[in-house]
Amino acid sequence: MRNKFDHELENLNLELIKMGSLIENAIELSTRSLLEQNLELVGKVNELEIEIDEMEKTIESHCLKLLLQQQPVASDLRIISTALKMITDMERIGDNAEDIAEIARFMVNQKFIKDLVHIPQMAEATISMVTRSVDAFVNKDRKLAEEVCKDDDIVDNLFQVVKEELIEKIQENTENGEQAIDLIMIAKYFERIGDHAENIAEWVIFSITGEHKPK
Amino acid sequence: MENKEKMKIENINLYYGEFQALKNINMNINENEITAFIGPSGCGKSTLLKSLNRMNDLVEGVKIDGKILLDDVDIYKDMDATVLRKRVGMVFQKPNPFPMSIYDNVAYGPRTHGIKQKSRLDEIVEQSLRSAAMWDEVKDRLKKSALGMSGGQQQRLCIARAFSVNPEVILLDEPTSALDPISTMKIEDLLVEIKDNYTIIIVTHNMQQATRVSDKTAFFLHGEVVEFNETEKLFSLPKNKKTEDYITGRFG
Repeated sequence: MRNKFDHELENLNLELIKMGSLIENAIELSTRSLLEQNLELVGKVNELEIEIDEMEKTIESHCLKLLLQQQPVASDLRIISTALKMITDMERIGDNAEDIAEIARFMVNQKFIKDLVHIPQMAEATISMVTRSVDAFVNKDRKLAEEVCKDDDIVDNLFQVVKEELIEKIQENTENGEQAIDLIMIAKYFERIGDHAENIAEWVIFSITGEHKPK
Repeated sequence: MENKEKMKIENINLYYGEFQALKNINMNINENEITAFIGPSGCGKSTLLKSLNRMNDLVEGVKIDGKILLDDVDIYKDMDATVLRKRVGMVFQKPNPFPMSIYDNVAYGPRTHGIKQKSRLDEIVEQSLRSAAMWDEVKDRLKKSALGMSGGQQQRLCIARAFSVNPEVILLDEPTSALDPISTMKIEDLLVEIKDNYTIIIVTHNMQQATRVSDKTAFFLHGEVVEFNETEKLFSLPKNKKTEDYITGRFG
């Protein structure tokens, strides 16, 4: 009875999955550009960021078209408005990945003041949050979205650990200061990515329940 | 604060011969609100609407049990049908102006209720046409036949005619389904403007219309009220799966 609309909603899911995987790639490559001190990867993150922006525009106009043509109500309305809100946070994650890569660009020739252990863990945790929040949207899986919200604490805790370690490094030798500040900014960008992923998951919960999770 | 309850529908069951068209309907209609009835064809929404001013009295083989109260008075037991229909007016799907002048269409009701004085009738006609937002359009051709007007104008004339006897409740059965978008918009605007002075119940197949004009919406299916709630709630987070499936176009 509503084949066309269902087909369009299915396409919207596919577009969001695609945008999600672009973001996961961007986070992963920005992390690798830092760890491997690889300029080429920085360039790739820049390219991905442009692609993510375009994807945001594509999904946005798709949603606006559906609002216009279908005048959706109930769960349809929640799904489409959630998609519109999700892509804003997804686009910001793309920006944060680029910010990380831009700092990494200046560190390609530096000797690291410490082994980078927790920053890759932050990357891993945030990638997983993004993947699962998009999965939760597509599969209308409230439990999974709630798990993602909880996992933001993991990222926040890792940020605290990184911060304390870097403070120690500065206390050891003030010459570590410049790189320590760059690293803390990178960690902060990962922490922001975690917040955006949590926002996405909260919108997913809204799309399923019609209610916002109490803060 | 909730508005006062203008009409109360209590345990209404309605049968057309053997067929039960309404099943145990309970609902309160608030004063100064617009209540929308939605649902697929044959779900009972128009039947209930017609029961509210006893239009079903004229249909052969109709049996009703339960109570419908207007300001706490039983409209089937303790009220004369003529009095009821003066207090509860009705506008139909198809504009049905009488084959007479615009003026006489509006003056018809008041005349039947005994008003003869020309100046009083002039006043009522002007006021009713103003309330229906069409005075300026028709004031120079009041003596022309109502049948020469466009469908949208005819429908607004029928609304003006309903106003002319100063009703308290106005029932509208798909009032815009035969109208173009501009006329539809005018009638929707009109309903929202006048609701502070009336109690309005509208049957509509246009779901967007229900979301635009009504305060509360009732979803009917197979003679039952499946869900009755604030319009915004019903259309954003319906409680019942059947409501969700109907309003999102999965059946109907």
